[in-house]
Amino acid sequence: MTEKRCDISLRINAEQVERPVLVRQHLVDFLREELDLTGSHLGCEHGVCGACQVMVDGKVVRGCLTLAVQCDGKHVETIEGLSESGVLADLQAAFLNHNALQCGFCSSGMLLTALNIVQNHPDATRDEIRDHISGNYCRCTGYQAIVSAIESVLVARRTGELAGVAR
Amino acid sequence: MNARMEVPSQTKDAATTERGYIGQSAPRAGAKRLLEGRGAYIDDMRLPRLAHVVYVRSPHAHALIKSMDLSAVKKQPGVIGAFTGSDIAAYCTPWVGVLGHLKGIKSAPQHAVAIDRACWQGEPVAAIVAQTRRQAEDALHFVQVDYEVLPVIVEMADALKGDYVIHPELGDNICFQRELKTDDFDEAFAKADVVVEKTFKFARHTGVTNEPRAVLADYQPADHSLTVYQATQAPHMMQDIMSRHLGIPESNVRIVCKDVGGSFGIKVHVYPDEMATAALSVMLKRPVKFMADRLESFLSDIHAREHIATVRMACTKEGDILGFDLDDLTGIGPYSVYPRTSGIEGNQVVNLTGGPYKHKAYRAKLNVVFTNKNVTCQYRAVGHPIAVALTEGIVDEGARALGMDPAAFRRRNLIADDAYPYTFPSGLKFEKLSHHQCLDKLLQMMDYDGLRAEQKALREKGIYRGIGLAAMIEVTNPSPAFYGVGGARISAQDGATLRLDPSGMLNVLVSVTEQGQGTEAVFAQIAASMVGVSLDKVRVITGDTAVTPYGGGTWASRGAGIGGEAVLQAGKALKTNILAVAGAVLSVDPATLDVVDNAVVDRLTRVEQMPLAEVGRVAYFRPDTLPMDFQSELTVTRHYTPREFGFTFTNGIQASYVEVDTETGFIKLLKHWCVEDCGTVLNPMLVDEQLRGGVVQGLGGALLEECLYSPEGQMLNGSMADYLVPMAYEMPDIEIGHVSTPTKTSELGAKGAGEAGTAGAPGAVMNAVNDALEGLGERVVEQPMTPERILKALGKI
Repeated sequence: MTEKRCDISLRINAEQVERPVLVRQHLVDFLREELDLTGSHLGCEHGVCGACQVMVDGKVVRGCLTLAVQCDGKHVETIEGLSESGVLADLQAAFLNHNALQCGFCSSGMLLTALNIVQNHPDATRDEIRDHISGNYCRCTGYQAIVSAIESVLVARRTGELAGVAR
Repeated sequence: MNARMEVPSQTKDAATTERGYIGQSAPRAGAKRLLEGRGAYIDDMRLPRLAHVVYVRSPHAHALIKSMDLSAVKKQPGVIGAFTGSDIAAYCTPWVGVLGHLKGIKSAPQHAVAIDRACWQGEPVAAIVAQTRRQAEDALHFVQVDYEVLPVIVEMADALKGDYVIHPELGDNICFQRELKTDDFDEAFAKADVVVEKTFKFARHTGVTNEPRAVLADYQPADHSLTVYQATQAPHMMQDIMSRHLGIPESNVRIVCKDVGGSFGIKVHVYPDEMATAALSVMLKRPVKFMADRLESFLSDIHAREHIATVRMACTKEGDILGFDLDDLTGIGPYSVYPRTSGIEGNQVVNLTGGPYKHKAYRAKLNVVFTNKNVTCQYRAVGHPIAVALTEGIVDEGARALGMDPAAFRRRNLIADDAYPYTFPSGLKFEKLSHHQCLDKLLQMMDYDGLRAEQKALREKGIYRGIGLAAMIEVTNPSPAFYGVGGARISAQDGATLRLDPSGMLNVLVSVTEQGQGTEAVFAQIAASMVGVSLDKVRVITGDTAVTPYGGGTWASRGAGIGGEAVLQAGKALKTNILAVAGAVLSVDPATLDVVDNAVVDRLTRVEQMPLAEVGRVAYFRPDTLPMDFQSELTVTRHYTPREFGFTFTNGIQASYVEVDTETGFIKLLKHWCVEDCGTVLNPMLVDEQLRGGVVQGLGGALLEECLYSPEGQMLNGSMADYLVPMAYEMPDIEIGHVSTPTKTSELGAKGAGEAGTAGAPGAVMNAVNDALEGLGERVVEQPMTPERILKALGKI
């Protein structure tokens, strides 16, 4: 029996992609296996750990709970594309300078949540940052460096210290 | 591995102190790549003809495999082959997890894939290899196994009782026993004014590394060689084990450890499914990958802890601790894990209980028993969280009985800072600890008196806050006494090779691995500082048995202290050799020269004589211009093994401040403090967050994490939706302080820090909870301290 595939057409980062995909294939398997975009990670494949997060039409989603076919006609942005566009640059620099990662496995997802915070909750307090990132599992850090890194970017963006960084 | 240093510019000029970059908070250069989604974890690799294996796992905790039919599996799309335990056994010999220095330890032979009998739910019983993971998983449903369910032992007490024996050939269910008693024990307890006693329970939990276990084995029949890409902490240990159990010469086995998504002890053991994957690669003569999914991680990654322990403490009425008495029972699953054994955890509890205090009398009894649950083995802080919680729990009990303040009681009893070297009743030797300095610093950081006043004022308003302290000692920088003397082929020595490249850059190869702690970053700092180059000139490579010196790897808080000292010694030697070349070029005595900021300078005037790039150019490309009898040696290797002490102990103390809702049983962590003495602090930023990560892991075990089993031996919460791990919102800010007592066993002076947080946090938070609930009910003595257990202690349910 040949398994059913559906043709989908979607924008992934800066490229237009057209592929027949297995109906049951989730988005991160599609990205990793079909397109070699291995920056999105699979930690649990049941929507808890957040390592698989990607953006679909500007919203952060769990890539393991999203089917590839659901993304037909949509714009999917991954850690690779968001790194190259520069939109994450100040967050990435802050994560590095605060040591807000150790093994790095959670970082792709964590950075996307962080991006959501700086874009949509620019006045978030430390407690609110903790609340926002509480859907992203990090086993290595004590989360504190991550909170501090995100907080530093919020402060810098508010005070315009990083003029010229893509918003 | 292969960290490319692109250190932000602010650190390039950081080498201003006497020790260069050592002690500076330089960011980890290798981390930048990880932040761009360009890590190289095992599952990111692509190899030609790669096949994927999935394992059929026993649904029963204990069952005979009466028959197995894989014929339907083999007809499924994409399936390359399906294999039983016997098929795998033809390529991989079984093992027994025992060590010579744990006297009397026993276990049964364990196969990579079970042959006649499965002993825990989740044990591999067959392997399916297919073109894709999806096809292999689809084919799983066509496996037919006829099991005969056997009796199971789930409770440790039943194992000890031994009415049913899991491995009849062993005679009983006891893996390992240890008893010790100091000569003055009976007298100390007889003359005590106060003896306090409590029984504490610690559940099983597990590591939940964000990246599940992963291995990709690639066998080349042409030269009978095997390359194994593995997320592992100990590449040379795995090289030895793959070599011996697969029958491939040692040097034909290469273990490559690329980026690892968290380890914490989970990835330092021999796993049946990983060994079987290597065996399948040999059998099929092609690369085979195994990538555990989260559900099978819960059933097959080692579990940890699970103790029931009764501890007693004898004191005088003046408040002097006279002795400790311990009876610990721990359950390890059906096999002692190979090659480090599952006896070490309990052995550590015996070694460490009572550790920070100056009593002389000690009695301990340990029983390590087999059960039909997943295996347990060494996980971050091995035995320490148990020993610390037992010690600190009973110390608080003693303070209460005597009506003394817990901080004052500890101050009275902690081993004095000038009492070293010191031999502890369990036989451990301490080089130099700083309990009193740490206590003083902690109390000042947390404003202990102020918090006590706040606690009292709030209690009058019906708000229940508690303060808990936990002093601790920690095993780090282990000598060969840990594993080598017991017959395990695990290196206690590590090595570093430093090479000056022609352009004046440093190539650094180290046998310790990087799992995210920042080992490569601190090695770069040490190498740069010792040779005299800027940090941006250093490249570090770890995690490849074909490339690095031979060594132990990353475990037992040994990477920075042991690997770092090897780098330091190699750096010193390389600098001497660089100066010899420069002296020959300049026709001056090398003793008049030094290396600073990438250049050879005059030692006295500090005036630059030649850049290192010129030293490299002459040494490699124009040695004809050097004296006839001179040969440059710009590659050096040095090793280091700690030998003076069995372990280089660190010490520290933690405090927890909590609020307990007595209606719901919920605990809110308000603040946590940790003062640690890890000797020389190599990179404060890295150490601090590693300590915090350790604290959070300890808090997880104390409050949230528990592997629940049914009476049939079925794990009930094997998903991340059901097994709770610490997430950011519940975790407090954690303040870190340091006291620095460098070890004199090495020139670097660094001791380990990676496990301290996990070791001390559970005891501190348990004491804080019981402090909050003082006078309201029973003590909370069971971890994790779930709302249900809190309410039970309060008599509300």
